[in-house]
Amino acid sequence: MTPANQEKLTRRAVLRGGLCGAAALSLGSLTAALARRARAAGSVWQIDPDKCVRCGNCATYCVLQPSAVKCVHSFDLCGRCRICFGYFDPKAGQYDSGAENQLCPTGAIARGRIEKEFYDYRIDERLCIGCGKCVQGCTTFGNGSLYLQIRHDRCVQCNQCAIAAACPAGAISRVPADRPYLLKTRDRP
Amino acid sequence: MTPVRARILLVALVAALTISAVASGEERYRPPELGPDYVAPRVDWPAGRAAWQQWADLAALAAALLAASYLALRARSRAMLTALMLLSLAYFGFWRGGCVCPIGAIQDVAAALADPARAIPLAVLATFLLPVAFALATGRTFCAAVCPLGAVQDLLAVRPVRVPRWLEHALGLLAYAYLGAAVLLAALGAAYLICQYDPFVALFRLAPWGAWARGGDAAGRVDLLLLPAALIAVGLFVARPYCRFLCPLGAIFRLLGPLSWRHVTITPGECIRCRLCENACPFGAIEPPTGDRPGDLRRDRRRLGAALALLPALAVLGALGGWAVRNELSRAHPSVRLAERVRLEETGQAQGTTDASDAFYQTRRPRADLYAEASTLRARFAVGGAILGAFLGLVVGAKLVSLSLRPSRSGYEPHRGRCLSCGRCFAFCPVERKRRGLPPKPPPGKNGTPDA
Ligand code: SF4
Ligand code: SF4
Ligand code: SF4
Ligand code: SF4
Repeated sequence: MTPANQEKLTRRAVLRGGLCGAAALSLGSLTAALARRARAAGSVWQIDPDKCVRCGNCATYCVLQPSAVKCVHSFDLCGRCRICFGYFDPKAGQYDSGAENQLCPTGAIARGRIEKEFYDYRIDERLCIGCGKCVQGCTTFGNGSLYLQIRHDRCVQCNQCAIAAACPAGAISRVPADRPYLLKTRDRP
Repeated sequence: MTPVRARILLVALVAALTISAVASGEERYRPPELGPDYVAPRVDWPAGRAAWQQWADLAALAAALLAASYLALRARSRAMLTALMLLSLAYFGFWRGGCVCPIGAIQDVAAALADPARAIPLAVLATFLLPVAFALATGRTFCAAVCPLGAVQDLLAVRPVRVPRWLEHALGLLAYAYLGAAVLLAALGAAYLICQYDPFVALFRLAPWGAWARGGDAAGRVDLLLLPAALIAVGLFVARPYCRFLCPLGAIFRLLGPLSWRHVTITPGECIRCRLCENACPFGAIEPPTGDRPGDLRRDRRRLGAALALLPALAVLGALGGWAVRNELSRAHPSVRLAERVRLEETGQAQGTTDASDAFYQTRRPRADLYAEASTLRARFAVGGAILGAFLGLVVGAKLVSLSLRPSRSGYEPHRGRCLSCGRCFAFCPVERKRRGLPPKPPPGKNGTPDA
């Protein structure tokens, strides 16, 4: 190695050291700038039931199959209607639990009589695909007690929820992880 | 009309009347008082992952980065690096399902930087910073044995071909464009490009492992495998195509790599210029020594001068180009698209409604409000587009400058930006082989696959 070469090398090394330090410094300041706003608590994706328009994307756009979105039932809102707009197909020939009379494509809603003219509608989450058909019926004509939520036992918490990117209503956003659902209840403000 | 339908219509009519009567729109039917024996069914609200789990992930990331740096720079063990890579693939890929990863976290950081009102979870910030800090300290050891995306490709590079230098340089620019676009779209709240086109995340979530890892019955969608399949097909012959030509984090690494404090070396001692490692790297990252290069110093200086002079011109040109496509760029934002659609519907140029415009009307938000939001966004995209264009111009210019530099290398060295610290070349070096007590000459192997 010629002396000139050697000198060049050390100059190079010094230059690199300086640049490395500068880069480390700017990384540090980036950290400092963001750390003040960083929260220890994480966040999770959730559907705002008031914004959702039941478009059906929840069933098809989730990266999981079946979707991590399921219908949930707010029993304190439900009118226990005998003719449930979420349960019966508008073209239903009869108001019984025949498959052809049900709105739900997978038969995920179980209908049971409570007393008098009152019925319970329970969602079987293993069957529900989150298509929102029942939600649409119940919201348009009923009490809106059926609604869609991302279920956190299934959701893999994609950095960008694939449904959020496809939701026409912008109804899906991040919420604090310690309050991971946006509930519909009777005494909601 | 069947009696049933008539009845439904009647009920619907009553319902409609009730809507107008009850302002809230809910409780069209008063929930009944049910008998004392009745208990409403319980609805479960399963919690997501516990908070400590995200810290466990971070600890795993830090540990893997430390181990990878140690194995690549100190232990110099390709076998151990491979083992660590498989572990990382299993944990960060298949077990954790791929999210949140340091590549995608670029977008969260960009969004948080652009919007002061936006908080960023500490774990996400650290997920981005850890690998970058390590890259500055020890080179791309993250790529060597931590990144699950890299691992998939590394395992599948069975017949790597040599990519011509000029093509390597040209394709390498793609990643900067991808990085720039992803940062812009995330910063302006339009989309998370990197996540949308993540090449392997669908693979990580497939049944049976995806379902097993979460103890549920939901598995990844098979129809999302098109992108992985295409990339794997290319990757059989072009080693780690995503890492070299597309990965936005790889682009950041390539910018930082040349500045790194320490870096993997091919030989543990002095390079004896035996040329045995010349073709060892499947990623074309090995640079030959420059000592005896026939040099026309004057010509090279002139070339460097021209490249330097071109740099600002390219930046300005890029900025103009980015500004020129501002409207096209702004359509990446859903609000801009919605505003355009609503405007078309308002002026009667479009018939009917879309899901998005329906949802918009349902909110009763004034149109003017949406239009105002869209024009603010358009203005931001004009500035952002210009910045993106200038960045791309600078990247191209910097590439030209770096190509006209006269680096001096006394021996074979890994390129600090392109080298993934995988350790494949170690076993080609006779100095290394002597250190390990192996016969001096590696068997004639294909690119990057010696015996040890
Ligand atoms: S994609 Fe949005 S609007 Fe459509 S069903 Fe899901 S939450 Fe509702
Ligand atoms: S975050 Fe992912 S898994 Fe969860 S609902 Fe959205 S797309 Fe599905
Ligand atoms: S280049 Fe990107 S994808 Fe490849 S190993 Fe590095 S971070 Fe992972
Ligand atoms: S360690 Fe060697 S073989 Fe691996 S990427 Fe770097 S130069 Fe190429």
